[in-house]
Amino acid sequence: MIIENFPFITCMILIIFGIYTLLFKKNLIKLVIGITIIESGVNLFLVTLGYRENSVAPIFTFASSEKMVLPTPQALTLTSIVIGFATTALMLSFVIFIYHHYKTIEIDEMRRLEKR
Amino acid sequence: MSKIVKTITRIAYVFIITFGIYVIVHGHLTPGGGFQGGAVIASSFALLLIAYGKEIKFLLQNENNFSLLESLGALAFICLALIGLGTTFFHNFLANSGILFGNSVAYGVNSGDLNTSGVLPLMNISVGLKVLAGIGSILIVMMISVFEDLGGESKRRR
Amino acid sequence: MNLLEHSPALIVAIPLLTGFLTPLVSKINKKLRNFIILISLLLTLILVWNFAFSYIFPREEPFVYVFGANSPGITLPSGYKIPVRIIFEIDSIGAFMSLITSIIAFLSFIYSLEFMKKYRGLEKYYTLFLLLTAGIFGMEFTGDLFNFFVFLEITSIAACALIGFHVNKSSCVNAGFKTMVMYTVAALFFLLAVGLLYGQYDALNIGILATKINGSLLDKLALGLFITALALKIGSVPMHFWVPEAYGESPSPVSMILVTNTQASLYALFRICFTLYGIVMNTALIGWIIIILGILSMFFGATLALIQRSIKRLIAYIAISQIGYMLLGVGVGLTTLENPQLLQNYGITAMRGGIFHIFNDAICIGVLFLISGAIIYRTKIYDMNNLGGLARNMKYTAIFFIISSMAISGLPPFNGFVSKLLIYESVYKLNPLLSIIAILISIVTLANFVIVFHGVFLGPKLKKFDNINDAPKEIILPIILMIILIVISGMFPDLFLRNLVEPAVKSLINKEIYISAIGI
Repeated sequence: MIIENFPFITCMILIIFGIYTLLFKKNLIKLVIGITIIESGVNLFLVTLGYRENSVAPIFTFASSEKMVLPTPQALTLTSIVIGFATTALMLSFVIFIYHHYKTIEIDEMRRLEKR
Repeated sequence: MSKIVKTITRIAYVFIITFGIYVIVHGHLTPGGGFQGGAVIASSFALLLIAYGKEIKFLLQNENNFSLLESLGALAFICLALIGLGTTFFHNFLANSGILFGNSVAYGVNSGDLNTSGVLPLMNISVGLKVLAGIGSILIVMMISVFEDLGGESKRRR
Repeated sequence: MNLLEHSPALIVAIPLLTGFLTPLVSKINKKLRNFIILISLLLTLILVWNFAFSYIFPREEPFVYVFGANSPGITLPSGYKIPVRIIFEIDSIGAFMSLITSIIAFLSFIYSLEFMKKYRGLEKYYTLFLLLTAGIFGMEFTGDLFNFFVFLEITSIAACALIGFHVNKSSCVNAGFKTMVMYTVAALFFLLAVGLLYGQYDALNIGILATKINGSLLDKLALGLFITALALKIGSVPMHFWVPEAYGESPSPVSMILVTNTQASLYALFRICFTLYGIVMNTALIGWIIIILGILSMFFGATLALIQRSIKRLIAYIAISQIGYMLLGVGVGLTTLENPQLLQNYGITAMRGGIFHIFNDAICIGVLFLISGAIIYRTKIYDMNNLGGLARNMKYTAIFFIISSMAISGLPPFNGFVSKLLIYESVYKLNPLLSIIAILISIVTLANFVIVFHGVFLGPKLKKFDNINDAPKEIILPIILMIILIVISGMFPDLFLRNLVEPAVKSLINKEIYISAIGI
């Protein structure tokens, strides 16, 4: 049972790693990486939903068999990857501005600088 | 970056851009499409920026033109969707019509025909244009910021 | 060809088109750009009002618009048994919320013409503003879960970029980053829940899912994820930490339209709890969860506002507290959904109160943000400790502040009183303790505004404010229009309740009408 559900277990492990990173790490870049990890977990989950046994990619050009995996989860995942790219770009831009202001990207040192 | 990296970059970026355009235009037949092809072309910009750094004047000074290209791509997408407003929004008015990309698609497994599926390749091209311009602008702005940080505090923009 | 039949698509497409035109036109002429945006937002306003009052409110059934089909109404093309395209399905509550959005977007734009005049980078501001508007309309119109996720992410990116607009202030950039992290985590949980439902039932359309859903374990997990994600986006209390920073550090017109963004997520929560899960799950339990979220938000919002020194952060905490009222009202309605007798007794009244309070909250909190913006525009001071005696210089602003703060605290004869009275009366019949807490929190809200009024407007005239006049015309104009709306909806509440709120409540309760509009 574990071998068949292995992709789903991987998704859960990725999401748990991502949430752990968000909760316990103090560096801003590590927070952004944590969000990217959660995103990868959710995208993997979406793609795995469409898998069918002994099927090929859902492309009709020179296809080798008529049995194909579901194409809709692939479209959902593609949209999610694009959105994830845009949010990562925006978050990294904010990190650049924070670095310009505080000269550090650790949350503890920012808090100390603000209280001064 | 060293001489080897610069030489290989100078050869490779043409192939990367060609591959990107192939992925964009064949989006309705093979895996790919607007975003994927645009991201491939933008990765060639990233390669140029990393290998050559401050010497790429073409990219670093043309930020405004990239914004313009981005807006044009987005406008083309929305206008293509609005032209079909006679029936519905986003209606594929060129499919099976014989005008531009108008052939009919054969049923089942076939050897793909580029001249099919109407509005889709046009939308792929406009999305690809927008994505390459958008990612290109992000890369250029971030690299300018990095060069300012490395080059001294006096150059910081307010 | 009736162009008005395509209104749902046009209402989302026109702000989007103008948003993409703005960088091009900005290079030519700035006044032309402002004029074009004004025309497009006015056109959207007219389209929304026309569409709502001729197609939605007179009829019982929702309006269906299919993208890319041969005709807007064809949900099931020949030979298909389930809809395969993206469908916009607009019923009365969606139309009600889009009316609010269109008014607030238009007035916020007029306000920002004068307020943001001195800043650079305005073409990016207006592009993001129009993207945010298009995204909020999309969230309120769509009938498809994944399409909702896409519009949710569009609005969260645009909203966070607008929150961090003043990049030279470190607090604004901090607020933008924190809000972006919270919004992204919420959206990813939402996507996980959508994936869970898609994997089981192979459908993304809300109507189709509502017929196929049964209360299996994965469905309960998906409901938990939905409520967590949407409660984070609403700003209810265990997850409210981004709200004071987001509303407090953004420019004032942006704070106003962020309230509308929050309410669109509230609409999604109601849509999922009533239409998607409806009678399948034990609605009493879900209703009580929403009531508890509401009570916590009310309590902590109003009491934490007492210690704030910055005007905008105080109003942000009051906004959290008002979300609690809406959750309380509609949560009481949700508890009684399975029991028709209790529903008639007090459930429908509670829902009327909750949904009317959405309208009141948007207008009153919006105008409070605009008034605080007017104070900041003239004095450039955010901290209440350094202000004082402004009533002599800014007479009209003081009067408008009194009116709007009385309205949101629930004093007659303004509109807050109507919606809060409906909530008090009906919640009392469910559990008297909840109603008493609600009344006490209204008093604490009024106390907050008395503190602000006393600190900012009353007192002796200060020397440093000698040459400060009242705010300029373009800033006062949206405030006056919204105050007129507050007064009218307070004096004639029956007009609004009968024509706007009653159809909205009916469309939430009857989920069969929503499902049958798809056509299966």
